[in-house]
Amino acid sequence: MTSSSQPVEESDAQESPITGNGDVVKARQAVRALAQQARLSLVDQTKLVTAASELARNTLSYGGGGTMRVSIVTRAGTTGVKAVFSDQGPGIPDVDLALTDGWSSGRGMGLGLSGARRLADEFTLESAPGRGTTVSVVKWAR
Amino acid sequence: MTNVGDSDRLLGLLTEGREEFTGQWVRSVTSTLAGRLPAAEVQQDLHELYPALLDALRSGGLATRDESYGEVRSLLTELSRNRARQGFSPTETAFSVLSLKDVLEPALTAGEDVRAYLQLARVLDDLGLYTIEVHAKTREEIISAQAEQLLELSTPVVKLWEGVVGVPLVGTLDSARTQVVMEKLLQSLLDLNATHAIVDITGVPAVDTQVAQHLLKTVVAARMMGAECVISGIRPQIAQTIVALGIEFGDITTKATLADALRHALDRIEARGPVEIGGLL
Repeated sequence: MTSSSQPVEESDAQESPITGNGDVVKARQAVRALAQQARLSLVDQTKLVTAASELARNTLSYGGGGTMRVSIVTRAGTTGVKAVFSDQGPGIPDVDLALTDGWSSGRGMGLGLSGARRLADEFTLESAPGRGTTVSVVKWAR
Repeated sequence: MTNVGDSDRLLGLLTEGREEFTGQWVRSVTSTLAGRLPAAEVQQDLHELYPALLDALRSGGLATRDESYGEVRSLLTELSRNRARQGFSPTETAFSVLSLKDVLEPALTAGEDVRAYLQLARVLDDLGLYTIEVHAKTREEIISAQAEQLLELSTPVVKLWEGVVGVPLVGTLDSARTQVVMEKLLQSLLDLNATHAIVDITGVPAVDTQVAQHLLKTVVAARMMGAECVISGIRPQIAQTIVALGIEFGDITTKATLADALRHALDRIEARGPVEIGGLL
């Protein structure tokens, strides 16, 4: 069974830049392709694609562009898809505030980051002012 | 002109062998296009191009960016644009110019012709590059025109019933498309005297916060015009995702299928009685 102490193996990693609106669409397509390959259910596929869409747009509009790395992960016989978004932007000064529903430093709904956390099975966020932001999400097949 | 002697020699050769060279040139180009372009068209293009090139060489020498090459360039622009539209590759397009080199090569025998030939080759290389440039530019124009057409095509507003309009959305809903959808929807509400609008998102693969925000704006705008708005085509996976994201649709009516939404709209119209079917006014 899935256990967080087991080692995670990665395969089929693809890295792509996120520098324009078209890249957000490409990011969604790349994540959907791997989610189908990993045999995620339709609901989980949609959830992961939506989370990736939010994070890709954040990378673009708040991080000033960056990269997405998406890969298939396996742990103790379970497959999943991992997507990592990184940028070299201004970083997030208050991570807790940024993860609060309805709070946005821009003009969005303020649900992207917090929503992505709820949509994914695993969510990590590393950020510091001036040192960019890296967000990674994992969705496991059930 | 720097090398008068060589150029004169070249010009003399080109003028003398005019008929012969043009004929071979046409044959050479026609054969590479493998019958995908009628020989008559190639012949017409090249028969115009050859004298223009001669004139340009006579008055402007080797400076292809010079004014004297204006006629040649405009002919090449037209040729490249046509080839690009007809689906020929950049190589095939440039070959229309470059193949003149192959035609001239056997005609040169004496040693002093080499220099003249190389100079002409440089002119033809320049012009060949120019055709590639125009070809690429034309393709870009075609692509951007298609993108605009697609934007229009993908956002139809259809009349579903008396007083009910439907907007079937397909694909990605970004700011530009939302703007088009909203404008078209609001105009149709007015034109068709509709009191109900149904926005169907069956064809939208993922509803994220940006799409939701755009949808909400569209609904609010329709409401301001006095129309009731229903969002239909919410599939199970979309519903679960929207809930997990935490998006509130508030008091906006949503339905699973377009049929449900239409039934809802018709019920509402019936409930209001026949007097109000008149529309927004």
